[in-house]
Amino acid sequence: MYTVADLKKGLKIILDGDPYLVVAFDFVKPGKGQALYRTKMRNMINGSLLDRTYRSGESFEPASLEERTMEFLYKEGEHYTFMDQQTYEQVVMEEETLGDAKNYLLENLKVEVMLFGEKAIGISLPNFVNLRVTETEQWAKGDTSGNDSKPATVETGYVLRVPPFIEEGELIVIDTRTGEYSTRVKG
Amino acid sequence: MKIDALWLRANVIKAVRDFFWERGFLEVETPLLIPANAPEEHINPIFTTLPSWQLQTSPEICMKRLLCNGHKKLFQISRCWRSNERGSRHLSEFTMLEWYRSDCDYQTLMTDCEGLLQHVAAICQPDNRLFVHNAAKIDPFASWQRISVQEAFTHFGQVDVWDCLDKGLYEEILTAVIEPALAGFGSPVILMDYPVELAALARTKPTNSGLAERFELYVGGLELANGFSELNDPTEQRRRFEEANCSRSNAGQDILPLPEPFLKTLALMPESAGIALGLDRLVMLTAGVNVIDEIVAFTPEEL
Repeated sequence: MYTVADLKKGLKIILDGDPYLVVAFDFVKPGKGQALYRTKMRNMINGSLLDRTYRSGESFEPASLEERTMEFLYKEGEHYTFMDQQTYEQVVMEEETLGDAKNYLLENLKVEVMLFGEKAIGISLPNFVNLRVTETEQWAKGDTSGNDSKPATVETGYVLRVPPFIEEGELIVIDTRTGEYSTRVKG
Repeated sequence: MKIDALWLRANVIKAVRDFFWERGFLEVETPLLIPANAPEEHINPIFTTLPSWQLQTSPEICMKRLLCNGHKKLFQISRCWRSNERGSRHLSEFTMLEWYRSDCDYQTLMTDCEGLLQHVAAICQPDNRLFVHNAAKIDPFASWQRISVQEAFTHFGQVDVWDCLDKGLYEEILTAVIEPALAGFGSPVILMDYPVELAALARTKPTNSGLAERFELYVGGLELANGFSELNDPTEQRRRFEEANCSRSNAGQDILPLPEPFLKTLALMPESAGIALGLDRLVMLTAGVNVIDEIVAFTPEEL
């Protein structure tokens, strides 16, 4: 168990059955009065924010979260299946839980899956992923229209802006933190 | 830049020192390592390897003993320690300014506060002579507001302070409602006349034994100083210390040793008043910063 003295930014605790991350914390103590511990917490499942004030003597259950390396297997409708290559254990996540991460999920991609008990509550991706362009307009050489980028669709269905010289079938690097084009991969 | 903050800090300390020297106060140094602090329900000392000896949570015990010895005007700038207090406005080790006067009550201290803050602002912020907190400017030369605790709770919170105390909501209302309301004043504010249960070492008002002659100074909603007319009845003082220990015990906290030599000499203490001012916070107000970390050389986390 944690006590109020353990409270700090980054602590993960369980509240009403859900895991919460402490995102802001302050200790306040009016003159000679009792200490108050003000926190702002984010629900790690649905992202909602919560303000709570605690007093001395209160305690918290630590949220035991486990990160495990898993491979993305396949998508079926809104469901995405991942598998631990060591134990062959599989977990399924909804598209909504994955958020933008779904844009980069290609079969066999290795990701870190965050587990709260049995439940997968999120994934962390590599900072950069390579994806092949499946659809984009052809670049007319000598085009002086001034457009320095054009839309392109990659094999996961994600659409982003790429430089005009990128052609269909080319492999590009995408920064998963921003969702933006980073560079072209040779070959 | 922290380097500028340290210059400002040194200037504030020098201005404070000059203020008291010019007014004939004796600057004293009392021991930091002592066998007993004044037991308080919500203040935890830091103990040392010497059995029961602890770092001072305030120099009040020793300074009042000097009043008993006949000194009339005293001040001290010293380090104090309070266990497990760390936040944007708290450090476990911090700097306290305390001053004591005999033959007067808390009203004289309020006048001292006005003079001191005006002096510090004039010396350390000569261009505009203002303090700044949460981007609000506070003018120590504007007329100061004095509000009783009862009035403040009724007026700003539409609640009764005694009722809040009974329900254990006093601290919540004070920090969530009253202090933000005090931040709206363009001058310093004095919150005065506390319920006696919130003033372990203060004398009660002659006209109302439920109220103590205690006040707190707020600048921009930041609590800066706590002063009172000193209780000099040893029996009543012992009763209040023991009551604090009872509350501690009920809350599962350690019982603290009583400062016996202080209790023995207390009967000799003339009518007096004393006040403690958080010097780090005065530097924060002068620098216009909201986090205590920015005006100390090192925080505990940086060590």
